[in-house]
Amino acid sequence: MDRITAPTLQIDGLSVSFATEAGRLQALRDVSFAVPKGRITGIVGESGCGKSTLINAILGLLADNGEVTSGAILLEGKQDLTRLSPREMRDLRGLRISTVFQDPMGALNPVLSVGRQMRDIQYRSGLTRKEKDARSVEMLRQVRIPDPEKRLTQYPHEFSGGMKQRVAIAMALMMRPALLIADEPTTALDATLEVATIELMKELQQQIGCAVLFISHHLGVIAELCDEMIVMYAGEVVEKGSVRQIFKGARHPYTQALLECDPARLHERVKRLPTIPGTLPDLKNRPQGCIFRDRCAKAGPECTAAPPDVELAPGHVARCWHAAGGAA
Amino acid sequence: MGVFGLALVLLVLVSALFASLLAVHDPTRIMPQDRFQGPSLTHLLGTDHLGRDLLARVLYGGRIALMVAVGSTLVSLVLGIILGLLAGYGPRWLDALLLLAFDALKSFPVIMLALTLVTLFGPSLLSVVLVVVMVSVPGYARIIRTQTLAMKTAEHVMAARSMGASTARILRVHVLPNIIGPILILASMDVPVVVGIEAGLSFLGLGVRPPTPSWGTILNDGFANIRDSSWIVIAGGLPIILTTLGFTFLGETLRDVFDPRLKGR
Repeated sequence: MDRITAPTLQIDGLSVSFATEAGRLQALRDVSFAVPKGRITGIVGESGCGKSTLINAILGLLADNGEVTSGAILLEGKQDLTRLSPREMRDLRGLRISTVFQDPMGALNPVLSVGRQMRDIQYRSGLTRKEKDARSVEMLRQVRIPDPEKRLTQYPHEFSGGMKQRVAIAMALMMRPALLIADEPTTALDATLEVATIELMKELQQQIGCAVLFISHHLGVIAELCDEMIVMYAGEVVEKGSVRQIFKGARHPYTQALLECDPARLHERVKRLPTIPGTLPDLKNRPQGCIFRDRCAKAGPECTAAPPDVELAPGHVARCWHAAGGAA
Repeated sequence: MGVFGLALVLLVLVSALFASLLAVHDPTRIMPQDRFQGPSLTHLLGTDHLGRDLLARVLYGGRIALMVAVGSTLVSLVLGIILGLLAGYGPRWLDALLLLAFDALKSFPVIMLALTLVTLFGPSLLSVVLVVVMVSVPGYARIIRTQTLAMKTAEHVMAARSMGASTARILRVHVLPNIIGPILILASMDVPVVVGIEAGLSFLGLGVRPPTPSWGTILNDGFANIRDSSWIVIAGGLPIILTTLGFTFLGETLRDVFDPRLKGR
């Protein structure tokens, strides 16, 4: 593949399973997608759909009982992250791949000053202490923390939740990574802060030019922030495409149901919010064929066989027997 | 209570540190003509069955008691922290192995363990320290292990890991400083327990050897003559009681200071 146009992150047929006492739990099955350079790709899915496992697999931080059983994770088209040694993987984390987590309250070490933590992040930069502090101040200013010089000497508890999340974003972008993984970074914030944080992330992403993998279960945030999106269900990518393609013409029954359940899309008052009937399948005894079959209104006899990935338009793929032919 | 505890601890510390200045007599000098003298102006706490000045023996005994208590508590603390971090953060098999070792050590009665070690290494200060370390390391290590397990999944530790921090760095910078408070308080409350163990072992003849003065050996000497010379037992027992009270009060106050939830109770 040409290196210039190679996506920042490309995942091919990734499967991950965990050895549990009750047997093997297949958390991810045949996951493939790409995060193009300089763009924001969103992942949606309900709790337990494998989002966190996916992040940990990319970061090389799967729990001891977890294992990548097949597939490849290519960073910038050259390195397969699944084949790197723990040491090589550690050298990439924080430098080429950065992460922002959900809980801004806990993401900073409570016993160290913010300045010390921002300095520590730059330990691979070879800069002097003074230069590091200057860069920290610069980054804090970019994430709009007022009075950054004074703020460096303060401790995390002296910051508000929104500020801590902005500090975490500043720290993640400090080393100008190629890929930023944002794991529901706005979920713990209130609505006004959420909008402000999203604006900020978009702005910084354009400045730095990194690719972003943005995990959220909030469809509105995905629509607002992302270019591409990936819909996950029970460890599988059921549909992927540009945000426009999916919001205008979702073809997988699960995506359609998900969009219908979004309260923001309701235009009239309802007695009960819509839900998808049924629960996630047992991943220890993953059913053959379509993973969504049991909860799908359109399920037929063909769904007992594994559904194909149907390309509906360039970049728009749905894993469903009914996706083609418009009969979905 | 805290002030009282602090005063007692300071009293014990000062008298142990300046024992050579405060004691008028030599603690090991035997004066058979002066034996079994009750408290008087020349011998404030009286003399023992060999005519040795009890005040001098109590003061020098305090040195031994504190040396053993502070020294072995420090050693146990360091070992406990290292083993606890390994068990809590290391692989599961190591955790299981260490827990097994802690439980095995805990299941020995202190006296049996002491007897075994003394038989092996002979009665000495070092044996006492070894007994104390083996008895208290499992306790510290278990607490550190539990706290480390809780910290392992703390968001800031995950964040540090995802940003490329090494395991050593995570343990040193992100885990330990967040869990060290409770264990330090526990250690300060353990000092009097160790003083008791040292006195107990010396009383049984398993610790400090005569003629070196120790609160336990003074007690032992006094025990033989408790009917007609009760001041010897009092001279040996009082410092143990005062030290225990002092460190316990101090430890409890420290705990209240460190834990804001206990304030105002």
